[in-house]
Amino acid sequence: MSILDSKIPQGPLAEKWTKHKATIKVVSPANKRKLEIIVVGTGLGGASAAASLAELGYKVKAFCYQDSPRRAHSIAAQGGINAAKNYQNDNDSVFRLFYDTIKGGDYRAREANVYRLAEVSPNIIDQCVAQGVPFGREYGGLLDNRSFGGVLVSRTFYARGQTGQQLLIGAYQALNRQIAKGAVEMYNRHEMLDVVKIDGKARGIIARDLVTGKIKRFGAHAVVVATGGYGNVFFLSTNAMGSNGSAAWQCYKKGAVMANPCFVQIHPTCIPVHGDQQSKLTLMSESLRNDGRVWVPKKKEDAVKLQKGEIGPNDIADEDRDFYLERRYPSYGNLVPRDVASRAAKERCDAGFGVNAEGKAVFLDFKYSIERLGKDVITARYGNLFQMYEKITDTDPYKEPMMIYPAIHYSMGGTWVDYNLMTTVPGLYSIGEANFSDHGANRLGASALMQGLADGYFVLPYTIGDYLADEIMTPKTDVNAKEFAEAEKAVTDRIEKLFNIKGSKPVDYFHKKLGHIMWEYVGMARNAEGLKTAIKEIQEVRAEFWKDVKIPGELDNLNPELEKAGRVADFFDIGELMARDALDRNESCGGHFRLESATEEGEAKRNDEQFTYVSCWEYKGEGNEPVLHKEDLVFENVKLTQRSYK
Amino acid sequence: MSKFLTASIGRKFIMSLSGLFLMVFIAVHLGLNLLLIFDDSGDLFNQGAHFMATNPLIKVMEPILGLGFIVHILWSFTLEYQNWKARPVKYAKKNMSGASSWASRNMLVLGALVLVFLIIHILDFFVKIKFTGDPSLTEVLVAGEHMENTYALVSGAFMSSTALCVLYILGGILLGVHLSHGFWSSFQTLGLNNKYWLKRWQIVGQIYAVVVALGFAIIPLYFMFGLYN
Amino acid sequence: MADKILKQLKIKVWRQKNAKSKGRFETYTIENISTGSSFLEMMDILNNDLIEKGIDPIAFDHDCREGICGTCSLYINGRPHGPDTEVTTCQLHMRKFKDGETITIEPWRARAFPVIKDLVVDRSAFDKILQAGGFVSVNTGGVPDANAIPVAREDAEESMDAAACIGCGACVAACKNSSAMLFVSAKVSHLAKLPQGKVEAKTRAMSMVAKMDELGFGGCTNTRACEAECPKSISIMNIARLNREYLKARLSR
Repeated sequence: MSILDSKIPQGPLAEKWTKHKATIKVVSPANKRKLEIIVVGTGLGGASAAASLAELGYKVKAFCYQDSPRRAHSIAAQGGINAAKNYQNDNDSVFRLFYDTIKGGDYRAREANVYRLAEVSPNIIDQCVAQGVPFGREYGGLLDNRSFGGVLVSRTFYARGQTGQQLLIGAYQALNRQIAKGAVEMYNRHEMLDVVKIDGKARGIIARDLVTGKIKRFGAHAVVVATGGYGNVFFLSTNAMGSNGSAAWQCYKKGAVMANPCFVQIHPTCIPVHGDQQSKLTLMSESLRNDGRVWVPKKKEDAVKLQKGEIGPNDIADEDRDFYLERRYPSYGNLVPRDVASRAAKERCDAGFGVNAEGKAVFLDFKYSIERLGKDVITARYGNLFQMYEKITDTDPYKEPMMIYPAIHYSMGGTWVDYNLMTTVPGLYSIGEANFSDHGANRLGASALMQGLADGYFVLPYTIGDYLADEIMTPKTDVNAKEFAEAEKAVTDRIEKLFNIKGSKPVDYFHKKLGHIMWEYVGMARNAEGLKTAIKEIQEVRAEFWKDVKIPGELDNLNPELEKAGRVADFFDIGELMARDALDRNESCGGHFRLESATEEGEAKRNDEQFTYVSCWEYKGEGNEPVLHKEDLVFENVKLTQRSYK
Repeated sequence: MSKFLTASIGRKFIMSLSGLFLMVFIAVHLGLNLLLIFDDSGDLFNQGAHFMATNPLIKVMEPILGLGFIVHILWSFTLEYQNWKARPVKYAKKNMSGASSWASRNMLVLGALVLVFLIIHILDFFVKIKFTGDPSLTEVLVAGEHMENTYALVSGAFMSSTALCVLYILGGILLGVHLSHGFWSSFQTLGLNNKYWLKRWQIVGQIYAVVVALGFAIIPLYFMFGLYN
Repeated sequence: MADKILKQLKIKVWRQKNAKSKGRFETYTIENISTGSSFLEMMDILNNDLIEKGIDPIAFDHDCREGICGTCSLYINGRPHGPDTEVTTCQLHMRKFKDGETITIEPWRARAFPVIKDLVVDRSAFDKILQAGGFVSVNTGGVPDANAIPVAREDAEESMDAAACIGCGACVAACKNSSAMLFVSAKVSHLAKLPQGKVEAKTRAMSMVAKMDELGFGGCTNTRACEAECPKSISIMNIARLNREYLKARLSR
C-alpha cells in the first residue's frame, strides 16, 4: 500500500471537505503570480479549472488538440447535470445524491470523494447560471428539473438536449475571459505527448504543435491532466474521433498509477452499426426509454426475416413481440440502469433475435406511447432526437420503431488520484473523466458533467494550493533542463520510429482490429478465457502494427494519420491493461460483467468479500508486467446491497 | 462617432438611413408622376411640377436628396469592396439559390443599373427643366398661374419613342426588385425587427416594391399604347 | 429505408499542402459507397484508399461526428455542410448523392479563415471575437443562488435558441460577404437575453463588433444565407438584436 495514500480526511462524512479545506495550505496572491500551472484538455474539467486557477492569480497554460477549446467532447452530453438543490421539494439532499451515486456505481467508489461531489453540486448550478447558461425554466422564471436515470427525485438541470454544450460554453467563456486578460496562454491544436518530471515532481509537458509538427517544451510548477476517457480503444464508440487516452497513458508511464481501467460504461441506446464502413457511433439520449418500449421478435423465424429485410417491424403482431426488459425486470421495465439494459440487448442478439441485417439491434418502439399520449406530446418531448435519428438512418421513428444497440460511452476508470485529485506523481493532477474517482463501476446519467465541473471549479482550485504552497520558492521551470531534453528526445524518437515503419496498412486497419478484440472479449460480457485470449491477440496486433503501419505525409506538417498512429499505439497498451484488470476482477459489478460471477438468472453478482477495492496498476517498464496495488474501499455510511431491478 | 461610421454596422446604418430617405422620395415622386396619366390635359401634372419647383421646403430638400443619392451610392461601393475583400479566394462551385434571394445577393448590380437609368432620366427631364431648357417647355397658364409645360416635355418624349418607354419600364422594374430586398433590409439593419415584425416588414416591402415597379411602368405603358385622349 | 450502393463517385477536392503553398483541385474516384454511410465515413474510406496508393490523405477537420462540436467544415457542391438542411457535414449522409456524381469539396473561404492544409482552415478568429467580450465577467464562487433572479421562460428559451450556435463558421462560409454577423449576434443575443449577461450588454456588443471588423470579416447585407445554411437554424433576428444593441451602445456615449 506504500504508494497509495488516499489522504481521505478523518471525521464524519459530512464534515470531511469543510475540515479539509480549513486545514490545507493556501498560497498568497503575491506568490500565485509566480506559480505556473499547465492544464491539458479544455472540456468541462479542463476549461473550468484553467479559468478558475487563472482567476485566483496563477499563471496558466492550457492545451487542447482541437482547433478551439470549445470543441472538447463534453459538448456532446445531452441529458443534464445533477445537483442536490432540492428545488422541487421532493426531499432531495446532499446525502441522497451521494447515496444514489455510490449505489449506482455498485459500491466501487470512495465515500469521501462522492460525498464531496454531492456537496459542491449546488454551487455548480449557481456558478453556471451566473455565467449565463440558459437552463430550462418554469413559467414562473425559476429553474426546471427533470428526473433521470431511474432515481427517485427530480434533480437534473438541463438546457434542452444540449446541456453539455451549454455548460462547456459557460466554462469556455470563463476561459476566454482569462485568455483575454493574459492570465491563460491558450495553445490550440497542441497535443501533449509526455509529462516531464524533475526530482520526482511533474514540472512540465512535451507537446506537438499539430500544425507545424514542432515538438515543444512547456514548464510549470504543476500539471493538470483533464483529457477525458479512453473509450476509443474500442474503435467504435460515442467518443469524439480524436478522444484518446494518450495523455493519461504517458502519466502512467511516468509513475501515475491507473485505477480500475476495466470499468467502462456501455450505453444501451445508440444507433446500431451498419455494414463495415462505419467510423463512429451516435448516442440517442437515455431519456427515450421513458416513453419507448424495447422489443425483439418472439419467434426466431421473424427475426431471420427481419434480418433479411423480408418483413418490417410493423408486420409483427403485438403478441409476437418480446418486450424482454419488461419481461425480465417487471418493476423497472424499460428504465433499468444502463449496464443492465445493455447486457439484456446483447443477450437477445446473441441468441439470434437481433433485428437488423447484422443481427445486432433491438427495437425501441414509440407506437404505444403515441397511441397513449398522442403524436404531439411525443414530438414535444423528443422531436429533435427523432429528427436526428431520421437524418442518420432515413427511417421515420414516428412510423417505424427505432433500432438501437449498446455502445461504449464513458470510462469510469482512469488515473488514480487522492482526495486532492493528485496522482501518485507529486504535482501531477488528474480531473474529470480522466481520473477514476467518483463513479465506481457504473456512472449514473447526468453525473459526468457534475463531476467535471466540480473538479474544475470547486475542488482542484483549493487542493492544488496545498501542494503549491510548498513550491513558492521553486524558480520558474527551466525547459532547458536535461529532463526536458530527454523527454523531448524520447518523444521525437517514438514519432520517427512510427513514421519510419513505412509498412503497408493504414492506422485504421489496426485500430479496427483492436476494437474487434476489445468488443469481443473485453466488452459487455467477459470471462477469464476470453480475457486471456484478448491479451494475447492484442499483443499480436500490436506487434503487427509496429511492423506494418503506414503513415503518409510529413513530420513537420499537419498530419492527422501521424496523430492517430500515436494514439492507437497507446490504445494497444491501454486495451491490454484493461483486459488484465478485468481478468483480475473476478466479480461482476456495474459495467464490468464476468460470466463466472452471475446469478442463476444471469444477473450480475458482486463479490464484496474479495473485491471491495480499487485496482491500481503501476507501470514497471516496457515488456514488464504491471504491478497491482489495492486501495481498500471502506464504507462507513452506506450498507452494501446487491442491486436488483426485478 | 467616427468609429461608428467606419464600423461595419455603422456603414450599414448609413446605407439603411439613406435608403429609407430615398424610399420616401420615391413614393412622393411616384405620386406626382402618376398625375401624368390622370389628367390628359396635363394641368394636374404641371401644377404638381410647379409646386415642387417653387415650394421653399422642397427647394431645401433638393440638395439633401442629391446628397442622399450620393451617400447611398458611394457607400454601397465601398461596402461592396470591403465585402469583396473579405473573400480573397472565391469558391469554384457555388449553389446559393436555395439559401438567399437573387435580389439580396445582387443589390449592387441592381443599384448600379438603377443608377444608369437615373442618369438617363436626369438628363432627359431634370436637366432640361432646370438648366438647358427645351423647345417643348412652353409657358402655360393653369388655374391663373404661369408655369412651364413640363407635361408636354414628358408626354412628348414618351409618345415619340417606344425605346424610351421600354427603358422606363425596365427602370421601374429594376427599382422594384432593388426595393424588394431594400425595404425590409433597412429596418433589419436599424435593429427595428424581431420575429413578429420580419414578416410584416417583408409583406409591406413586397407591396411597396410592386407598387413602385408597376406605378413607374404604367406611365410609359400608358403613352406607349396610346391610352391618352 | 434500405441502403443502396453508389457504385462510383468522383470526388473533386481542394488540395493545398500548407498555408503558404498554392492549392489546386484534384479528382479521385471512389467505389462502392453505401448510401447509409455518412459523408465523412466516405472521406475516411477515400483516405484509406489514398494511403494504400501512397497518396497523402485529404486533411479535413472533424471530431464529435454528432453535429455538436462544430469542428467539421466542408463546402460541398457549393453549400456549407452540403446538400441538406439543419445538418453539419458529419451528419450529412451519402443518400443525398447520386451514383456517378462528381462531388466538389472546398474549404471554408474567407480572409479571416486562412487554409492550414487541404480542407482545414484556421477559425481562431472566432475565438478572438469571443475573447473580446463574449462572456459574463464573474469569477468562480461568490455568486448568488441560481434561483435568486427569476428569468422569464420566454427569455431563457430565446437565449437558448441563440446559444445553440456551435461556432462551425458555416454562416461565414455561406455569406457572400464572409460576414460573421450571425455568429457574433448569436453570442450577443444569448447573453443579452439573460439578466446575468445584460449588465455588460453594451460594452460586449461594441468590443465584439470591433474585433470582428478588425479580423477582416465582411459586413452583413441581409441576404439570409447564413440562417438558411446554419446547421442549428440560428435566426437573423439575432442580427437585428445585435444592430439594436450596437446602436444603443453607440448612441449612449
